Amino acid sequence: MRPPDLLDRRLIFVTGKGGVGKTTVAAGLALLAAQRGKRTLVCEVDAKGNLADFYESGPSSFDAREIQPGLFTMAMDTERSLDEYLRLFLRVPVMGRIGPIARMFDFVATAAPGVKEILTVGKLCYEVRERHYDLVVVDASPTGHVVGQLAAPQAINSLVQVGLIRSQTDWILEILSDPDRTGLLIVTTPEEMPVNETIELSARVAKETTVQLAGIVVNRVLPELFGRGEEEVFDRLSDPSAKATVDAAMGGDAGPLLAGARLAVTLRRTRAVHLDHLRESVDPALPLLYVPYLFARTHGLRSTRAVAESLAAELGY
Amino acid sequence: MASRKVEQKATSIEQLMAAHEIVVACGSGGVGKTTTAAAAAAMAAVHHGGKVLVLTVDPAKRLANALGLEGFGNAASRVPPEAFKQAGVRPRGQLWAAMLDTKQSWDDLVNRHAPDPTTARRILENPLYQNITGRFVQSHEYIAVERLYELHSEGDYDLIVVDTPPTRNALDFLEAPERMADFFSSRLLRLLTIPYQSRLVNFATKPFYQVADRILGTQFLQDIAEFFILFQTMSPGFVERAKAVTRLLHDRRTTFVVVTTLEAAPAHEAEYFIDVLSSKKFHLGAVVLNKVLPDYLRDEKGEAARLAEGLDDNAAEVAHVLAPAVGDEDAAQVQRVLTEVAENFIRFQLVAQREAEQEAMLGRIPDVVATVPYFDTDIFDLAGLLQLGEKIWC
Repeated sequence: MRPPDLLDRRLIFVTGKGGVGKTTVAAGLALLAAQRGKRTLVCEVDAKGNLADFYESGPSSFDAREIQPGLFTMAMDTERSLDEYLRLFLRVPVMGRIGPIARMFDFVATAAPGVKEILTVGKLCYEVRERHYDLVVVDASPTGHVVGQLAAPQAINSLVQVGLIRSQTDWILEILSDPDRTGLLIVTTPEEMPVNETIELSARVAKETTVQLAGIVVNRVLPELFGRGEEEVFDRLSDPSAKATVDAAMGGDAGPLLAGARLAVTLRRTRAVHLDHLRESVDPALPLLYVPYLFARTHGLRSTRAVAESLAAELGY
Repeated sequence: MASRKVEQKATSIEQLMAAHEIVVACGSGGVGKTTTAAAAAAMAAVHHGGKVLVLTVDPAKRLANALGLEGFGNAASRVPPEAFKQAGVRPRGQLWAAMLDTKQSWDDLVNRHAPDPTTARRILENPLYQNITGRFVQSHEYIAVERLYELHSEGDYDLIVVDTPPTRNALDFLEAPERMADFFSSRLLRLLTIPYQSRLVNFATKPFYQVADRILGTQFLQDIAEFFILFQTMSPGFVERAKAVTRLLHDRRTTFVVVTTLEAAPAHEAEYFIDVLSSKKFHLGAVVLNKVLPDYLRDEKGEAARLAEGLDDNAAEVAHVLAPAVGDEDAAQVQRVLTEVAENFIRFQLVAQREAEQEAMLGRIPDVVATVPYFDTDIFDLAGLLQLGEKIWC
């Protein structure tokens, strides 16, 4: 069966090793969805809170905020998520009013396995279930922690025998396990460690969670400098015997220019090896989306737009 | 304490490593921390002699291979002398490598600190144990410094180079021992471990447990309480140990090396780390700038920059002149190559200039700054590791 279009899903978790551009991709993907007319929520799960930098919007909070038509941002806050949960499902007064007890609960939530995670995943699934948005994009935890997050409902099921949390895990699991609605994107760069982590993570996701891997985004792909035949010309141009002629034609020492091109060619070639390794190690049907390295002096919204554009091209829009 | 004399300021990584017993490499993930730590350790083994250990958190298979090992675990393995022979060097000392096995190290800790073997077994068999040790109070960070302390106090090595786990917050690693000590003496832990029945009559905590009961179920709360009661039996040993670990990190025999690339995010993190280290009075020995683009790309107004602009504009004419010289009839093809060469240079210049700005922003950097150029290829053997080491050594 053909997997659904990436953006036709309702809940997309975006993860990746630290430093590969996980937040950039999550921000770009959400922007693309909003541009295509989907009411989109993008939620950052880690308290680092730099999603705002990618949209040049104010800091996000637990209360979703529309930063441009159809695009909402929020920041996960498990305490607030608990408040909301208690209010909605248990009709218990807000924890904030009972001061130190909220802190104690936070402590238990930190120590008890899966509680913080279920409050995070539960809130996100709740937004999906209530159809508040067409798509929820999650800037999820990095590779090391994301499995714990996605597998939280099962962890809770195995540890908690009774109680209300237990009864809540069923519908959460149903949403997470439905490949038409939920998918995971792993972001990587064509470098050794990120690629290895991606391969390991895709195996763990299949084994330990019910969430389907929807694709891998390869970020910062360097351009191919020379096509067929051109590299041969370049080799001849950089041959020491041609140096005097080349320098004369260019009107100065062409050494640095040629060295720069050589560097780019080698870097791309080294990375190609890692990309091949990635392709060979994952399901051949899994979509790999390539996002080029951004050389231009852009950051913030401009670079987010560039990423959205590349993703659009990769998704065939 | 018989510490070596370190009054004189080190002016190179070489001196820094000669003057310290512990070198902690820190920085954000993906900057080449592990490789840098291994390269520095290999250099120390070659040039300074003695027994040098590199303790790493998450080594790539390639690093193990580069060290001539099939892989390595919690127990240290010696890098075979043949690996050095193949690299064409005769080391004065020995190089050892060990990996941090978080689970194993936690089990060891429990066995050491539990009051008796029965309690230890009950803790290890508790279903919450694995989950909790994997989660609470930065357990990975704690276990990394704890293992470092253990290896150092066993006294088997002259120098230990440790590479820290990738942390979300630079402080986690430094504060982990203190937090562990705080955790064991915290009021919260005491509250949690009050026998379940007596809690129900405690007015202050009653609403909390009522809510918690409804959400998590009584049984689960009891399981948690039981676990923490068991865990608390290890408290005295843990607190004392955590304090000793903190002292060791502050000791003058320990130095920190911040590793970073000059990309915006890691450089920003490095800047923060440098601040924290100095404000918390840790010894910041050096900064290693990794994967830095070559200097010729940095000069915005230099001859190369001018040539690139000119070539980009006049590729057709230059191609016309050069095509016969390189024996190519197809001037259009030569032109395409020249345009790519020019545009590539202009693109990478932008990146190199951003790097220069990041470097300037690192600001208050220590006396030793080592720069490692962008290596064209991955490091796959000890020779490659030593080649990288040479770049930072002097």
